[in-house]
Amino acid sequence: MTDVSSSGANPSGHPAMQAFEQVLEKRDSRVAEFDVAPKSPLQRVQHFLHANPTAVPAIVLVLGIIGFSLIVGGRFLSSFNLSLIIQQVTIIGIIGIAQTLIVITAGIDLSVGAIMVLCSVVMGKLAVTLGVPAPLAFMMGIMVGGGCGAINGVLVTRLRLPPFIVTLGTWSIFFALNLWYSASETIRSQDVAKAAPFLQFLGTPVDVFGARFTYGSFFLLGLIALVWYVLNRTAFGRHLYAVGDDPAAAELSGIRTRKVLFTVYVAAGVICALGAWALIGRIGSVSPQAGQTANLDSITAVVIGGASLFGGRGSIIGTLIGALIVGVFRNGLALSGVDVLWQEFTVGILIIVAVALDQWIRKVSA
Amino acid sequence: MITNTVLTELKTMSKPAAPITPVLSARGLVKRYGRVTAMDRADFDLYPGEILAVIGDNGAGKSSLIKALSGALIPDEGEIRLDGEVTKFGSPMDAQRAGIETVHQSLALSPSLSIADNMFLGREIRRPGMLGSVFRMLDRPAMQKIARDKLSELGLMTVQSINQTVETLSGGQRQGVAVARAAAFGSRVVIMDEPTAALGVKESRRVLELILEVRSRGLPIVLISHNMPHVFEIADRIHIHRLGRRLCVINPKDYTMSDAVAFMTGAKAPAEDLAA
Repeated sequence: MTDVSSSGANPSGHPAMQAFEQVLEKRDSRVAEFDVAPKSPLQRVQHFLHANPTAVPAIVLVLGIIGFSLIVGGRFLSSFNLSLIIQQVTIIGIIGIAQTLIVITAGIDLSVGAIMVLCSVVMGKLAVTLGVPAPLAFMMGIMVGGGCGAINGVLVTRLRLPPFIVTLGTWSIFFALNLWYSASETIRSQDVAKAAPFLQFLGTPVDVFGARFTYGSFFLLGLIALVWYVLNRTAFGRHLYAVGDDPAAAELSGIRTRKVLFTVYVAAGVICALGAWALIGRIGSVSPQAGQTANLDSITAVVIGGASLFGGRGSIIGTLIGALIVGVFRNGLALSGVDVLWQEFTVGILIIVAVALDQWIRKVSA
Repeated sequence: MITNTVLTELKTMSKPAAPITPVLSARGLVKRYGRVTAMDRADFDLYPGEILAVIGDNGAGKSSLIKALSGALIPDEGEIRLDGEVTKFGSPMDAQRAGIETVHQSLALSPSLSIADNMFLGREIRRPGMLGSVFRMLDRPAMQKIARDKLSELGLMTVQSINQTVETLSGGQRQGVAVARAAAFGSRVVIMDEPTAALGVKESRRVLELILEVRSRGLPIVLISHNMPHVFEIADRIHIHRLGRRLCVINPKDYTMSDAVAFMTGAKAPAEDLAA
């Protein structure tokens, strides 16, 4: 510990020392040491959760899996069922990644589902109906996704409108465009398979140790690894958290907050377009009515995964776990023979508990 | 050490002799907001190795002056000189690149990021080679090491906590991190805006020691404060700002706090030879 008073700044010898500060002579001379006061067990838990935000969702997921395997038995733990859960989670996982990025910046994106469906329709119609080569149609879909994100980004950063309102508006706009462009018609799975099998690529099944996965599941994992890397190992990722945490502080630190925000909305749009690819792979056909619940499901996954809607906190792994929790609970309850309405009921409780827990963890003190 | 001789010289005279070039100076700065004139031909001089306090009543234009010097505001008229050379700051980044670091009253820290992340926010170090240039990978070990070294130098460190998030720190500790960041990157000037305003007595004392510690490294400091006892205790010279311009610069040894307050509020005019 450096003793500052020995380096010529001895306050006791200073003539201008204030009378009321004389008592400070007896203080210890360390300068602002980061010492740790003893904590109660509850505070320890709070600190642990604060330092490890994905701990709660991970515990809930493990408990859920154990619970349902006890209730439902072997059927739940069968490789068939587990791979089914993972396939069901793929779409929400991908859209959840996009949502996580937005939520970290203290925003929310209600248009993610609509962007995904619009992109899938663009890809399908171009490739199947208009005969554009499938990879080119795919690239056009990605560009439409990026464009939709750019519209959100411009409205949020230039017009400085609240993200909730912006994306509430663009949700309707993108969905209307989707109905217009598709003429509300579904492209059948057989037609897609014949004209553009590339679009169904992510639905290709692969057997791993007897469990059936699709390329989509691995695609999800790859995307998670990529976004995790960007968030945790690059300056852009750190800036994203800083912008969500305190935009004014980020700006003063030299971060161009509007550029970061704009980039994030575009990236979210592109990820939604990748979600569209996975969506076509999952359902085979291209339907303007598909993925209607993706919006709110993605927010559910993000929130249950421990991200904070106030910004600055959240992780990609958390979102994956959040999506898995929803998948496990829905599947487990269904296999238990419980009415569908109780699935919704349970998801609702999970959301509220997750947000309440976040509020408590945020109150952590030194 | 050069700074010490300069310091002694500064202490013996209210206006230093011509050969010493100010590190940072300004002449005739003007800033108007509509009909309000926030800066009215304001002057400013900061000499090497000194702590210059800037005091003034609310609305005297202190913040405008400081913002102009730290690049957060572009003056309508006037010039700013850095080591005698005329410069223009178009943004806070320009000033930072010139070696002027500001500790803002709000601290400008990101609570959910770690101490190390905060110290390098906006100027991260990337890995050498492909990892850094193509994959943009951060050199976390290097940043953590520098952050730890800088905090230790200032006597602020217990080693295990460099990855602690800033929101788990107390007010004084956060101030310490912000000061350490400024001291680490400020090669020419450190500006501190009300560093003790939000702190208790004990933490204020520690921050004052920290300021003296930074000066002892040779960095000149501009200290904006409303706290007269603190100003008189650590400042080498006091710049009194009034009605948008520098009224005078006094030596705290020659004047009392009541004199300073009287000048600052216009209750008393400074002697002719002091007027800037």
